[in-house]
Amino acid sequence: MPAPSTPMRLSKGSEMDASLPAVPARRGWPRASWILLAFAAATLLLALAGLALGPVRLGPGEVLSALAGQGDPRAEAIVGGIRAPRVALAAAVGAGLALSGTALQGVLRNPLADPGLIGVTAGGALGAVGAIVLGGTLAATLPAPLRPWLLPIAAFLGAGAATAFVFSLARRGGGIHAATLILAGVAVNAIAGAVIGLMIYASTDTQLRDLTFWTMGGLGGANWQVAGIATACIAVALVGLIRLARALDLLQLGERAAWTSGLEVERVKRAAGLWSALAVGAGTAVAGPIGFIGLVAPHLARLCVGHGHRLLAPAAALLGAALLLAADLAVRLVVPPAEPPVGLATALIGGPFFLWLLLARIRRDA
Amino acid sequence: MLEACGITLMRGGRAVLDDLALTLRPGECTALVGPNGAGKSSLLAVLSGELAPARGRVTLAGRPLSALGAAGLAKARAVLEQAPSLSAPFPVAELVALGMAAVPRATIDEHALAARAMTAVGIAHLAARPANRLSGGERARAHLARVLAQLWAGRTAGGGHFLMLDEPTASLDLAHQVGVMTAARRERDAGTGVLVVLHDLNLAAAFADRVVLLSDGRIAAEGPPSAVFRSETLSRVYGTPVAVERGHRGALRIGLDLPPAA
Repeated sequence: MPAPSTPMRLSKGSEMDASLPAVPARRGWPRASWILLAFAAATLLLALAGLALGPVRLGPGEVLSALAGQGDPRAEAIVGGIRAPRVALAAAVGAGLALSGTALQGVLRNPLADPGLIGVTAGGALGAVGAIVLGGTLAATLPAPLRPWLLPIAAFLGAGAATAFVFSLARRGGGIHAATLILAGVAVNAIAGAVIGLMIYASTDTQLRDLTFWTMGGLGGANWQVAGIATACIAVALVGLIRLARALDLLQLGERAAWTSGLEVERVKRAAGLWSALAVGAGTAVAGPIGFIGLVAPHLARLCVGHGHRLLAPAAALLGAALLLAADLAVRLVVPPAEPPVGLATALIGGPFFLWLLLARIRRDA
Repeated sequence: MLEACGITLMRGGRAVLDDLALTLRPGECTALVGPNGAGKSSLLAVLSGELAPARGRVTLAGRPLSALGAAGLAKARAVLEQAPSLSAPFPVAELVALGMAAVPRATIDEHALAARAMTAVGIAHLAARPANRLSGGERARAHLARVLAQLWAGRTAGGGHFLMLDEPTASLDLAHQVGVMTAARRERDAGTGVLVVLHDLNLAAAFADRVVLLSDGRIAAEGPPSAVFRSETLSRVYGTPVAVERGHRGALRIGLDLPPAA
């Protein structure tokens, strides 16, 4: 029997183990911060491109002077009045969807938990449609400054209800299978779709026009009021989610072990659900349902900076912003002056990506 | 002192633990043994604060566990659950560092503690390896290192009083079983109260100061191994003939008392 004070000497490398090992303490840190910096630069470049490109092309100098308020009035009107709110909205919605996806995947310990796939976006859409169709009478009773908030709040409530449903499913089993999660998403999406269909069927002509505008609108309808409200909501949610990074790391141990390690698991899950619903709801309310950003961005971010959430969360948010900026730029430039909905572009990129992920998992599990 | 008295835990309308009392003391290693379904893991979960009993109370230094909160409990005791897992492929060093989450970063040297914990269980050479690329035995030891790091970090914060291990030897070969129990004994020698759920009665006899034999949610026998591990007691509780002998160095040797096959 070994003496109590000897460490286990079992493995082949045991001679090396006797001395304290060089733990990879800060290893990878500089590389990761370079990657984050590159993501930020790419996001900034895409935002500038979003300000410069369109039916009227502006040079970088024209954009910068228009932003500084020293350009010619026409360029200022285009940049400040039309393109800047749209670019701000695209960046905020993309970052919000990506970080919500990261948080949901972290809480559910399942890399397929995209807000769109598991029904959170559909819940937000249901809330938004409900606000458009049924909220007219309610909005009339509200004071004028509060009316623009009705749509985002309704979408937030819808997204929150869907998140609570999915989390309650996950709690029952202790863990949740990918299949259960996706099937629950299919159910939530189908129910929300059916109710939305009913409401469209029952809506008046004016409401119908609003609805069509909303579902097709993408980011095109952005003005400073709409973009300001959504961006503010999403910014609050982003701060809330980034602060959960360490907790999300701990949750990867499973809820039991995370709790015995000192994490108030229920509080963290509530916070993650709340902030995710706020980001997805606010984004869905103004831009319509946009799929797959919450799936693609976290996956690409993991490939670049690894699985630790302190780097993953900001990286995914930046990538999400860059992806949606790029998608919006693409739909604006591909068949001008027509603008296909931006959700089409993200689905065209994200759909095949999701299939590839599924096939890779099936191959690995086989 | 961790004191539990009058503990009754219900599950599915059945009392999994039935009016049970147990005290854990610092510097003592207690082995929890018994047949499947006797309530060993349930008792460990109640003592760790994870499950609240239907009746009875558990106190740590006089304070009820429920008043301590997850973070307070995490500093006072460390728990290794039965089948620990990790969903994300963190490097082993980061997995081990997760154990120190309850203690403020500024007050401990996280890297030194993680390195010490990995060395203590012989996985220092795996520090940079992703945790999903470990063998079963390596994974079990990586999680043990995480729990040791939690215990030591708790000690620097004035806690680290108890170490609770739920079948830590289940997936390990003989040498690694001894290694894990040796690591647990080192913590006992440092003044920590150790509670370990074991299936292997020989390991319990070799390492425990005290054995608690559970049967149907009650304590069937309790005391030093030589007092609890008696042929008639074990045969009765396990429902199969069990022989207890003295080995050549005086150690207890417990085994099935069956005729040879054919």
